[in-house]
Amino acid sequence: MGKTPLLQVQAAGIQFGGLKAVSGFSMEIHQGELVGLIGPNGAGKTTSFNLLTGVYVPTEGEILLEGKRLNGLPPYKVTRLGISRTFQNIRLFNELSVLDNVKVAYHSLAKHSIISSILRLPSHFSGEKEMEEKSLEFLKIFQLDKFKDEKAKNLPYGQQRRLEIARALAAGPKLLLLDEPAAGMNPQETHDLMELIAFIRKQFNLTILLIEHDMNLVMGICERIYVLDHGQLIAKGTPEEIRNHPKVIEAYLGEEVTIDHA
Amino acid sequence: MKKAKGFWLFLIVSIIVYGTVQFLISAGILNSFYSNTLIFIGINIILAVSLHLVIGITGQFSIGHAGFLAVGAYISAIFTMKLHLPFPVAILVGGIVAALAGLIVGIPSLRLKGDYLAIATLGFAEIIRIVFLNIDYVGGAAGMQVSHLTTWTYTFVCLFITILVIMNFTNSRHGRACISVRENEIAADAMGINTTFYKVIAFALGSFFAGIAGGLYSHNFYIILPTNFGFLKSFDILIFVVLGGLGSLSGAVISAILLTLVSTFLQDYPETRMILYSLVLIIVMLYRPQGLMGTREITDFFGKWKSAKGGN
Repeated sequence: MGKTPLLQVQAAGIQFGGLKAVSGFSMEIHQGELVGLIGPNGAGKTTSFNLLTGVYVPTEGEILLEGKRLNGLPPYKVTRLGISRTFQNIRLFNELSVLDNVKVAYHSLAKHSIISSILRLPSHFSGEKEMEEKSLEFLKIFQLDKFKDEKAKNLPYGQQRRLEIARALAAGPKLLLLDEPAAGMNPQETHDLMELIAFIRKQFNLTILLIEHDMNLVMGICERIYVLDHGQLIAKGTPEEIRNHPKVIEAYLGEEVTIDHA
Repeated sequence: MKKAKGFWLFLIVSIIVYGTVQFLISAGILNSFYSNTLIFIGINIILAVSLHLVIGITGQFSIGHAGFLAVGAYISAIFTMKLHLPFPVAILVGGIVAALAGLIVGIPSLRLKGDYLAIATLGFAEIIRIVFLNIDYVGGAAGMQVSHLTTWTYTFVCLFITILVIMNFTNSRHGRACISVRENEIAADAMGINTTFYKVIAFALGSFFAGIAGGLYSHNFYIILPTNFGFLKSFDILIFVVLGGLGSLSGAVISAILLTLVSTFLQDYPETRMILYSLVLIIVMLYRPQGLMGTREITDFFGKWKSAKGGN
C-alpha cells in the first residue's frame, strides 16, 4: 500500500470503570475506501465511533488522522481536522430550518467575526451569502432544497436521515462516519441510500466508514469490513471473506453444532 | 436586501416611539409617574432581552441575572458618585465590568448542565450580592446614595442598542451556533462548533447588557440597596423570558412591557398585589404553556422580514 493511511487506529480502547467497552481496536483506512464496521448489538461499534470523533478519550492506544494524533482532542477540533459523522439516533437541530441545519455545519469554514456580525460590516454579508449558497448546493445534491424553510423536525424520517448526511458533508470532512444510516428504512429507501452513498463518495472524493446492521447494504457497497464482538476485533477482510469467516458466524449465530448436513 | 429593509423599518419605528414619548414628556402631558414607568419598562426590556440571549437562544438555564444587574448598578454608581465621571461613561463601564463578571462566573459554571447550572448561577448571584453587602465603600446594608440621572433618552438609546446588537448576533452564524447548542449540544460539537466558547460568549454578552440595565436602574432611584438584587429579582427577569416564549425576542419584549405594567398598576392594591400578579402568571402558563409568542417573532405575523429568530 505504500502511502500512509488516512486513518490509523493502533490498539485503541476505552475502559469505563471495570468494563472494557473496546480494547485493542486497530484499523487502517486509506484515502477513497469505503469500509464497513459490523458486529452484534453491544459489540462496541458506536463506542469506537465515539473514540474516533473525540467524544470519548481513549484509555489506551493511538488514533491518527493523516499522521496527526487525535487522542484527547475535543470533538469540534476532530471535526475541523476532517472527521465528521452522523448519529445512530438522529440528532438534528429540530427547531432550525433544514437550510440552517446545514449552515451550522458550514460554520467553521466561514470566517466573519462576531464583531463584524454585530456591526453588520461587509464581511458579514459576504460571509453569510457564501454560507447560504454553499448550503443550498448541499441541499440540492440531496434533493432537500424544496424543504429548505421547513423545520428539521417536520421532515419525514427518511429525509431526516438524508439531511443528517448532508449536514455531516457540509462540515467538509475527509473521512465520513455513518452510524447506521439505513436504520428504520424500508428496502426501497435503503436502496436509494446505497446509491446516494456511492454518489457522494465519487462526487466529494470521500473516504467512508459505516456501521450497519443491514447486511445487504454492507455486503453490497463496502470494500472491506471489520467485525467487532465484545469490544474486540474478531475479523477483517473483504465481504466474501467475512461471510465465510467462522468467528463471524459464531458471533452472529452462536457456536457451530456438530450436526452437519445429515 | 431583505435584512437591510428590516433594519430601516426597525429604525423608523424606534424613532417614532422615541419622538412621541419625548414630546409628551417635554410638553408636560406625561407626568413623572408615567415617564418613570416608561423608563422602568425600558430597563426591564433590556434585562429580559439580555437573559433571552442566554436562556432562549443558547439554552443555558441561568437564574442569576440579578447578580450582573447588581454589578452594573454598583460599578456605575461608583463612577458617577465617587469618581464624578459622566453618566454615559459610567453606564458603559458598568456593562464592561458586568461582562467580566459574566466571564468569571460563566467559564467554570457553564460546564454544568440544566438544573446544576441553574443552582450554580443562583449561588454566584448571591455571592455578588453579599460582596456588595459587606463593602463599606458602597454603603453596605445601608445602601448607597445615587443621584437621579436616568432619563427617557438614555434609556431608549441603551434599549435600542441592546435589541439591535442581540438581533444582529442572533441572525448570524454565531447566533446559529448558539441555537445549535440549545437544540443538540452533542451534534453541535460534532459539527465543529466550539460549544463552550459560544456558551461563554452568550453569557458574557447577556451579562454586559444586564450591567447596562444596572447603570440605568441605579440612577433611576435615589438609593440602591443590596436587597434590591436578591434572587427574587432574578426570578422576575426569568419570568419575562419564560412568559414571552423561550426563543422569542419579541416575546421577551412584550412580556416585559405587560408584566411591568401589571405590577405597576397593581401597586394601588398593595394587599392583594402579589396574589393578583401570581394569578396572571398562572393563567398565562395554563393557557399558553409555550409562552405568549412561542418561538415565533412578531414579524412572522407580517411575513415581511425575518428578524431575530430564536426558532427557525
